[in-house]
Amino acid sequence: MTETKPPLFNRPAFRLGLIAAAAAAGTILVLLLNASISKHKAEASKTSVRVVEMDETSVDPAIWGKNFPRQYDGYLRTIERSGTKYGGGGSETLAISKLTEDPHLPVIFDGYAFALDYRQRRGHAFMLDDQRATKRVTERPQPGACLHCHASTTVPYREAGLKAGAPGTLAEPLDSANAQAQLQAGFQAIGKLPYAEATKLVKHPVACIDCHDPKTMALRVTKPGFINGIDALARSSEPVPHLPSIETWRKGDRSRNYDANRDASRQELRSMVCGQCHVEYYCGPKTTLFFPWNKGLKVEQIEATYSEYKFPDGHRFFDWKHKRTGAEVLKAQHPEFEMWSQGVHARSGVACADCHMPYVREGALKISDHQVRSPLLNISRACQTCHRFPEGELKARVEAIQDKTHTLMLRAEDAVVALINDLEKAKNDGIPETALGDIFELQRKAQWRTDFVNAENSMGFHAPQEVARILGEAIDFARQGQLALRDLRDKTKTAKK
Amino acid sequence: MKAKSSVLILGLAIPILLGVFFGSGVYTFVAANGTSYLSDNPAVCVNCHVMQENYDGWLHGSHHAVATCNDCHLPHNNIVNKYFVKASNGWHHSQAFTMGGYPDPIRIKPGNAKVLEDNCVRCHAGLTGEITAHGTLGVPTDPARRADLYGCVRCHPGVGHGR
Repeated sequence: MTETKPPLFNRPAFRLGLIAAAAAAGTILVLLLNASISKHKAEASKTSVRVVEMDETSVDPAIWGKNFPRQYDGYLRTIERSGTKYGGGGSETLAISKLTEDPHLPVIFDGYAFALDYRQRRGHAFMLDDQRATKRVTERPQPGACLHCHASTTVPYREAGLKAGAPGTLAEPLDSANAQAQLQAGFQAIGKLPYAEATKLVKHPVACIDCHDPKTMALRVTKPGFINGIDALARSSEPVPHLPSIETWRKGDRSRNYDANRDASRQELRSMVCGQCHVEYYCGPKTTLFFPWNKGLKVEQIEATYSEYKFPDGHRFFDWKHKRTGAEVLKAQHPEFEMWSQGVHARSGVACADCHMPYVREGALKISDHQVRSPLLNISRACQTCHRFPEGELKARVEAIQDKTHTLMLRAEDAVVALINDLEKAKNDGIPETALGDIFELQRKAQWRTDFVNAENSMGFHAPQEVARILGEAIDFARQGQLALRDLRDKTKTAKK
Repeated sequence: MKAKSSVLILGLAIPILLGVFFGSGVYTFVAANGTSYLSDNPAVCVNCHVMQENYDGWLHGSHHAVATCNDCHLPHNNIVNKYFVKASNGWHHSQAFTMGGYPDPIRIKPGNAKVLEDNCVRCHAGLTGEITAHGTLGVPTDPARRADLYGCVRCHPGVGHGR
């Protein structure tokens, strides 16, 4: 007698087996969830692991990276090539030349090293290599002062300061009087060396120690140019509502210098650490590097500071004598801190780091993204935290500002070049330089303003109205110069008759 | 005979496996402070460290003495609705936190934004009545904009926990 087997699903053993399998699978899922919960709890309990000890001598960012791998990863990623419509870009080996992009520039910078070689910016990782490679350094004698902003200088300055006879040791904390004396003495000493010699004293581009205290990770400023410059700004009467700690210091007895590391809030330092380098400055060789902030941060205040400044030889401040006209003119260099100060973001308490190093979540941690770059490459984190519009919309708004600035800037450059051409022609026609003094002043003013916008890395975005105002003035001064020149020619003609 | 023995083995195995399943389930539930989610205590919301900034912000915010997370983020019209919204948010949160891949910055969804807005009015009706009498408080009319901040918090973003 053979039983026909019942179909598989009706067998009790199979049904029971199914229940067992389901229970086992459910257990696996529960345990996975448990593991995930434990992992998240562990993430939250420890935010950093101190693997190596660090102190004021730890220059190499790789050492810091052992304790702060997430920040270090971002820092290393500044080597990535990235371009936006108006900034960056270029090949793997060299950034695009601004001189070939914009034919006005070789005329405007004629007679100055910037007419030799002037390129688009690259990431922080390249700052030292690019400086060592540029023809402005290889084909023209430059001072060691240039390293102030292209290398990690905190330790090299202190070491050079100790050599130059400053008191104390390298082990002392940076805010001690001895350490500050070392910093300033080394800054003077290295600044005077020829660049080729000075650059042997530094190994890294900007590094962790230049902005962070190695013991507490607190933000701090270490660049002497900024330390002196911000004190000069604090002592001016220019209102700085975006830097409230300066306003507070002014109300005090002023017995001590304004010291950002003591007086500034963390939010202010999130801009000031950038302002150590992203500023207008004079770099040498005729005098020690300084930030021209004695009268304030606006373009005409800086200009007035320069106009009153006398070099050690008694001559009024100028960067170079223009090759075609003979005017003593000025060169602006990346005044981002100054331009940001005039904009609505600064006024609203938004710091550089809020947009250029926005927070990024990594596991349980929220860290500042140390891949410093254009906010346009990171719109969701950089802009949408405050501006809740689609990414495309935000990008369009920024580019609208930049497009308008760019058009206006080219118009200003046209005007400056037109004045230069007219002056050159007048000189060829035999009008003596002595008669052209006032017109040289107009060239200096027009050129300074145009360059202030061109050299500033935001194509107007940091302070759109301010930029438009500056360019409007630039065009006006250049055309005023042409008119004055025309009148002068008319006069000499009638005098000849 | 063979079938009999396998039924016997399975008959033993199933209770054991079910026991392991429920046991580990209860253990996980307790380890994750499962019951805490039934309360209104704001500290519960930082069981997940994702909400830490919002919690810190709320501690410093103007409303922290008068309103907790749930006062603003859950409906108060009836208890069924309250727990339904709690459960659906809980489901989405635990899914997002376990699986990862959620957008950053985190943005409130329109449904929850509505709950939030209703709660502003719930306490401040005396003040807002004059405004709402003429219609809604600026609910976005353009769906393509998908704005998640409308009404009160669009201009008063800092009253709860900032951003």
